[in-house]
Order: sequence, then structure tokens, then C-alpha cells
Amino acid sequence: MSEQRVNVILAVDCGSTTTKAILIERLGDEYRLQARGEAPTTVEKPFEDVTMGVRNAISEVEELAGRKFMDDKGIITPARGQQGVDLFLATSSAGGGLQMMVAGVVRKMTAESAQRAALGAGAIVMDTIAVDDGRLTYQKIERIRQLRPDMVLVAGGIDGGTVSHVVEIAEILAASDPHPRLGTGYKLPVIYCGNSAARDQVGELLAAKTDLKFLANIRPVLEKEELGPAREEIHNLFMGHVMAQAPGYKQLLAWTHAPIMPTPAAVGKIIQTLARENDINIIGVDIGGATTDIFSVFDQVFNRTVSANLGMSYSICNVLVETGADNILRWLPFTIEPAELKNRIRNKMIRPTTIPHTLEDLLIEQAIAREALSLAFAHHKTLAVGLRGVQRQRTIGEAFQQSSGEETLVDMMALEMLVGSGGCLSHAPRRVQSAMMMIDGFQPQGVTRLAVDSIFMMPQLGVLSDIHPQGATQVFEKDCLIHLGSVLAPRGRGKIGDKCLWGAVSWPGGSAEVDLHWGDIQLIVGQGPFQADLHPHFAVDIGAGRGRALRREVAGGVCGLFLDCRGRSLMLAEDEKTRVRQLLKWYEQVGMYPMSVEGAL
Amino acid sequence: MSDAYLPGLTVSELTPVCKVRRLPLKGEVPVKAGERVEPDTVVAQTFVPGCPHLVAASNLLNIEPGELPSVMLKKVGDRVQAGEVIARYSAFFGLLKGRCQSPATGVVEHVSAVTGQVMIREPAVPVAVKAYISGTVTRVMPGEGVEVETTAAFIQGIFGIGGEGSGKLRLAVNDPGEILSPRQIKEEDRGCILVGGSLVTAASLRRAEEVGVTGIICGGILDKDLHDYLGYEIGVAITGHEDIPLSLVVTEGFGRIPMAQKTFTLLRKLDGQQASINGSTQIRAGVLRPEIVVPRKGAEMTKEVAATGLEIGTRVRVIRNPWFGKLGKVTGLPVELQKIESEALVRVVQVGLEGGRRVTVPRANVEILS
Repeated sequence: MSEQRVNVILAVDCGSTTTKAILIERLGDEYRLQARGEAPTTVEKPFEDVTMGVRNAISEVEELAGRKFMDDKGIITPARGQQGVDLFLATSSAGGGLQMMVAGVVRKMTAESAQRAALGAGAIVMDTIAVDDGRLTYQKIERIRQLRPDMVLVAGGIDGGTVSHVVEIAEILAASDPHPRLGTGYKLPVIYCGNSAARDQVGELLAAKTDLKFLANIRPVLEKEELGPAREEIHNLFMGHVMAQAPGYKQLLAWTHAPIMPTPAAVGKIIQTLARENDINIIGVDIGGATTDIFSVFDQVFNRTVSANLGMSYSICNVLVETGADNILRWLPFTIEPAELKNRIRNKMIRPTTIPHTLEDLLIEQAIAREALSLAFAHHKTLAVGLRGVQRQRTIGEAFQQSSGEETLVDMMALEMLVGSGGCLSHAPRRVQSAMMMIDGFQPQGVTRLAVDSIFMMPQLGVLSDIHPQGATQVFEKDCLIHLGSVLAPRGRGKIGDKCLWGAVSWPGGSAEVDLHWGDIQLIVGQGPFQADLHPHFAVDIGAGRGRALRREVAGGVCGLFLDCRGRSLMLAEDEKTRVRQLLKWYEQVGMYPMSVEGAL
Repeated sequence: MSDAYLPGLTVSELTPVCKVRRLPLKGEVPVKAGERVEPDTVVAQTFVPGCPHLVAASNLLNIEPGELPSVMLKKVGDRVQAGEVIARYSAFFGLLKGRCQSPATGVVEHVSAVTGQVMIREPAVPVAVKAYISGTVTRVMPGEGVEVETTAAFIQGIFGIGGEGSGKLRLAVNDPGEILSPRQIKEEDRGCILVGGSLVTAASLRRAEEVGVTGIICGGILDKDLHDYLGYEIGVAITGHEDIPLSLVVTEGFGRIPMAQKTFTLLRKLDGQQASINGSTQIRAGVLRPEIVVPRKGAEMTKEVAATGLEIGTRVRVIRNPWFGKLGKVTGLPVELQKIESEALVRVVQVGLEGGRRVTVPRANVEILS
């Protein structure tokens, strides 16, 4: 469809709990969001038909817009007067999304490439099997038999490289005889994208037991990774096999003007678009009820990870288990028994749709969110790395750095924008809370812009960006992103109370003196743009080099400019009394929570 | 959303209950539609491929993988016994020799000239799906399973652990606020499903396990007791596969919380009857709550009022602080969004709590009592 002829766009995202529909319309020369509706997802019993939830969400949009988009047959198209749409698109993560298992020969080489291909396509990777993953053969077989993935991606060996190890992986798979998660009557899709010389043997082992597809090698040579064809095939299989088994999707497919996209793949697309069009390094995070997805683009290299069991409702107890009660308690400026804290978190897990009523409960949830973000980000950094196994020449300087050559691509000093999404970030009562959760969870260094997705519509805009990039970009910038401001933070740590940062910040119509010590945080409220003229201590780097002054324009937003001298990593006092005082001071300095007399909550 | 509240869990004196009993793989269904079944009746069975063993045969024989097929004594498809020699190698007039034995009894499934491995698969393992409840087979899904229906008292819990079981219900406490202590669990409770009050402790769970109790139903459990009993912390809310010999159904939540009067009264009425219990919980895509099913032969169905949504007078329970666990009736449903203590703007409900206090609560934080 020609982009010019598109005036009315309807897009839905079928989430695991809620189906969200947005209406976009062309007003004059630009596309803008007009209405949004939501309804519970109906992919599970007793409804077992995803289109019911889609109809309900769209009918809410119809009510709000005073127009009609659906009739008994489905979506009315094209748009005429007060009826119909020109484009209808959908994304989905309902029913647990796309769950995959990947395998490769070497854990940190081909298996990691396979993992990146699956994650980039929007999948949850249930496990990664490799010849050198430390497990015995029978343990791998037992694990594969337990899992019921939607599909399996097998890589391994460069072209002309090892055959026997690739065949060994295929033998393990054949022995396990894995079965798909949905449906009992069809074979598990397996994509083979390893050493092409091993195809015959792999086919012999797996063709009869699985629905085997061969693709070009994902890692034809050590220096090159070709993820595109594998990701495309994953999408095709997601549509053809996985979605075909999910109730109601055949009908939904008949309504849409483009293939249904897995939700995380769509979010990844919009993050990449944002990075490309603004030529920036960016991190995006979507913290949901069940999972936390992190997307990053550094020097045009895109990476996505999903932490499948780090979330704010269904998986909230897993955050507690992984980080420990003490790490959650360290963010709370009041005393609560760990046993009481754990009971409260477990009650949230079993009643996931409840919301914090008291300020105390809100602080607990936001403390957990910081830990979930931090754990998911640590996971992301371990996977967002350069290709391993590549020989490279080191400079003398590098040789003295004693580094392993496996550094993450994530460079916090080079990060230019951090975008947050998900209930606890998009719907925090104060925007400054969203900003602080992201700052504490990611701990950016230098100057970084902060933004949140206003009403979580990145998935719909992601799928739209494929079909109608102009519409997607305009809505994304005007209606989706809320710019919170920027954070300026020195790298490293100093002695609490020592001088750290001084100078002045000015903006149209005002200015402020800055005189900060280690352990302080200051928020200069305003939309900016701010003109920073800041001098760090001689050992401190705030983005211009150690001890060098920073003179540049910094973007503002609904919060403003955060000058964060609390250290990287954050300097939280060990002693409880001191820590509580410290937290109360920080929270008061940025106006994070309603405070009463002398800083008490 | 206009109705942003949780529908309460089902607590019904008599309702049709239908259970789908399905195999993980295709198999056979030995029962027919219309047949009466008991909880232990096998309604579907199949064979899951046996455990595979990969033997690094060429390594053991010190030969190249490509030589392996020529030294195999057994072909693909041959049956072998554990310890039986499956390959033998001899060279230099017997000066160099080696043999490879099968690690298990089974069938030779694959011999690889590429990796030098031999795969032996143990005999298929039978898997049987039982009826779980007493009832009648109403539908047969050929090769897959059946649907079993009955009329029963049906109670859903909020959280549970352990799988399916059945046994006689026994009220072990006198009051829904009472704690189920180890001394209330008697030797004669073997095979029973015990009804506790507000709390079950790790010591009580261990005592129940020692006696051979099938299941426990109670209002609450403390996180530390659950951790103590299981030996680990549950991270994700997917349960039912714990390696424990009993099932636990918690009806209210974590903490010491008296069992709802309606649930306790119904369980008291059912004291001594045969029941089925399932602690499996999944609070994610396809919510699955733990349950107790008590089939009631000959009882007449009474029409129960279906929950239609929040209305003035609807009985609710607050399910979040600061009034967690308190019961009351809806006294007001303001249309406009209101700011609550956390400063969030939300849709609220006014509730008259038992005891007379009137409070305003987010709609998402109450559940309707059926």
C-alpha cells in the first residue's frame, strides 16, 4: 500500500495479560495518536480466541473516537468517512511469547551467535546447549526433554570447520526427541544454520523427527556473523507454526495487512530506528510483569536480551530470590522486617494485578524495580559483546590493560539516551521516580538523556515502522516519548563530602550555581535546553576527560537536569541508620516522594 | 479498563466440574464415553521414548570414528542388555584390542561414523493419566485423553504446591483463625486431606508428611515456613512439580490470615467426604489456581448468583495493604479517578469494612467474594 494513501491506522499489541489498541490518523501533514483502548487478552481459557480481546480493545477505541472500525466479518478497510481503517497491524507476546532453545558448538562463539539471532527475533531463550557448556551429555538430554520450546535453532562450526561436533549436537537433539509446547499433532520446527558440510548428517539424524529447515551458516567465518536469514526464518516459523497453533490467530492473521510480529521484535525495531535516525547510542528497557527486555544500540550494533524471569508481578519473587532481601531493603528509607517484606512480595506475586496503595508499598515496588533493572542490565552486558574467537592485533596500551578481549559493547560513558517502558516506569505517580529508577538501575555516566514511553505503544510503532516509517517516527516523537531530561554523572567514586563538581548551569530565563560534593544529587528543574559550564575535580571525568571542564548544551524535559555525584557504582552506606539518612536526603534533593517534617516520609 | 478488579476465587457448594485429562504425547484411551471413573482410574496412557545413552565408542576402542561401523557387533535396531559387548576391536593379531559394553538395556538407535558415538535407548516408559476426580467420561479425544465431568463442591485457593491427590476431608481445627499445629495431625490422618485455619507451619507440614497426609488446606502460610519446608525459595509462580509427598492449598495468601468464613463453613459441611486436591499454581499466561473438588452424588444444584461486577452492596475482600485481608461491602463507586496515598490517580471503590470503618481502596485491590 502506498504510504501516501494511508490516513487511518489501527495497531494492536496482544500482550500476555492485556491487549492494547491504538488509533493513528493523518492530520494535515503529520500522523498523530488519536485514541487508545485496552481489554484483557483472551488467548487462554475460557475464551481461547485472541480476536475477542482484540475486538474488545478496538471497541474501546471506537467509543473514544466515535467511529466504526469493525463489523461482523472483521476489520473494515479502507477508511471511508467515519468508518474503517487503511492499515491494520498486530504484534503479539500472548501465551508466553516465542520460546526457543538454541544450540551451538562453542558456548561463547557459535552458541552465542545462535542466542543473539533468537533474541533479536524477539524470542525468550529457554536454554543454550553447547558442546563445552559444562554439562554432561545425559544432563543436556534430560534438560532438552524437560523443555518444550516452540522451536530450536542449531548453529555450529564455521564453513569448512568442525563437522563431528556439530553432528554431536544433532545427536543429542535426536536422542532427546523434543516436542513442541503447543499442540500434540505437529513436529517441532528446527532451524539448522551451522557448518554447511554437516547438513547431510544432521538431516539424517533430525529430518524424520523434526520439521527441519536448512539455512546459510550464521557464522560462515569467525570474523562474520550473519543473523538476518535466521531471524527472518524464525519470524516465518513463528507465524506459520507457533501462531497457527495459538487460538484465534488464523483469524487475526486474515485481518492484518502485514505479518504479526513478536512484541519484543517490534520494540527492537523502533529502538533501532531511533538510534539510526538520531545517530546515537541508546539503551531501551521494557520492564513487564513477567520479563524484562533490554535493547541496546552501540556504534550501530543492535543487541537485545530478555531476562525471562525478572518482572514486577508474575516474576517478582524471582527478583527477590536472585538479588536477596538485603539488596531490596537497601533502597528503603524505613525499617521493615525481611520476613514481612518477603510476605508482601509473595502476596504481590499471587495477586499480580494489585497496585501499591500506600507510599510504603510504592517504595518497596520501586526498590524491586531498581534491582530488576540492574540484574537484567548485568545480563545484557554479558551478551552484548563483540564476536569472540576473532584474532585481533593489540596495541601496547591494550596489552597492559590485562583485559580478556571479551568486553561488553555497552559503554556507559558513550550512552546518549536511555528509554524506559513498562508499567512501573510509564505509570509511576511522579515522573522523577521513573527517572531515578532508571538512573539507579543503569547508573549511566557522563551525559545521558532520559525518556519514557508514555502509554506503552512502542510495539505497535515498531511494526508500523516496517510498513510506514514516516507515520511511526512522527507518532513516536510527538506522542510516545516523554523526555524526562538528562543526567550528568561523573565516572568513579570519591570520598563522601569531598568536592566533586562545580560551576553553573543556565537556561532560557534562568541560571543556577552548582557546588556538589561526592554523595550529593541535585535536580535542576526545567525543559531546558541547559547550557552547562561545569568543572570536575582533577581526578574526575564527567564526559570531557579526566579533570576537564564540560561546556555543552544538555537537553531538559519534564523533570530537568540531574547532577548525580553519588558515585559509580553508587555509594550506599552499609550502616542502616546512615543509609536511611542518605536515602532521605537524596529523595528530598530530587523531590522524589511526598516528604513531611524534616525529611521523614 | 472499566472493571479493573480481580474476580474472586470460586467457592461453590455445588457446580458442574469438568476436567480435561490429556496425554503429553499421542497414546491410547482405555475408557469409553459414559463410563464412570474414580480418581485412580487410568483414562489415557502412552509410552514416552526411553532414556537415551550416548556411548563414546570410538574413544573407548581407541579407533577413528569412521572405523566404528565395521567393529560393531550390534546393528541399529538390535536389542542389547546392560553390560553386553556391542563393539569389539582387535589389531596386530590381537595385541591391540578393546571392547565396548552397553551401559543399559535397550535398543541400538544410532551408530555414528562422524562422532564415533553409539546411542542406546532404554525401553519406552509408560505414562498414565488418571481421572483425578470421581465422575463420568463425557468426551473422548481419540489418542489424546478424555473429559471427566461431575457435580461437586468446588473451592479454589490462591496459591499451592504439590500435584494431584485424593482422600477423605477432615477438619483439623475448630475455628478459621486457628493455627494448624503438629499435634493436631494424628496417625489416623494417613491418606486424608486436612483442613486447617489461619496458618500452617513448616513443622506441621513435616508432621503431615511423616503421617502420610495427602493434602492440607489452610488460610495462610509464612514465606519463611514455605522456604523452610521446601528447602529452597520459589522464584516464579509456577508450582505443582515439587518433590513432596503432599499437596498444599492456601486459600488467602502469605501471612497468618484466617480462612474466609464461607470457605471454612463449606469445608466443615464436607467433613468426612472423599475429595480431590491439586496444589498446582500458575499465575501467568493461563492462570491456574490450586483447587479442591468434592463430588457430591445426588445433591441438587441450586442456582448460584454469578458475580456480575462491582455494585453497591457487593461483598469484597481487600487484597493489599493497608487493609489487607479485611472484608466488607461496597458502599460507593466514584466514577472519577482519585489520588491515593501513593499519589497515583486511580479508579477507586469505597468499602464499608466489617467493624464499621469506611475506606477508599483502588478497584484493583479488592476481590469479589462469591
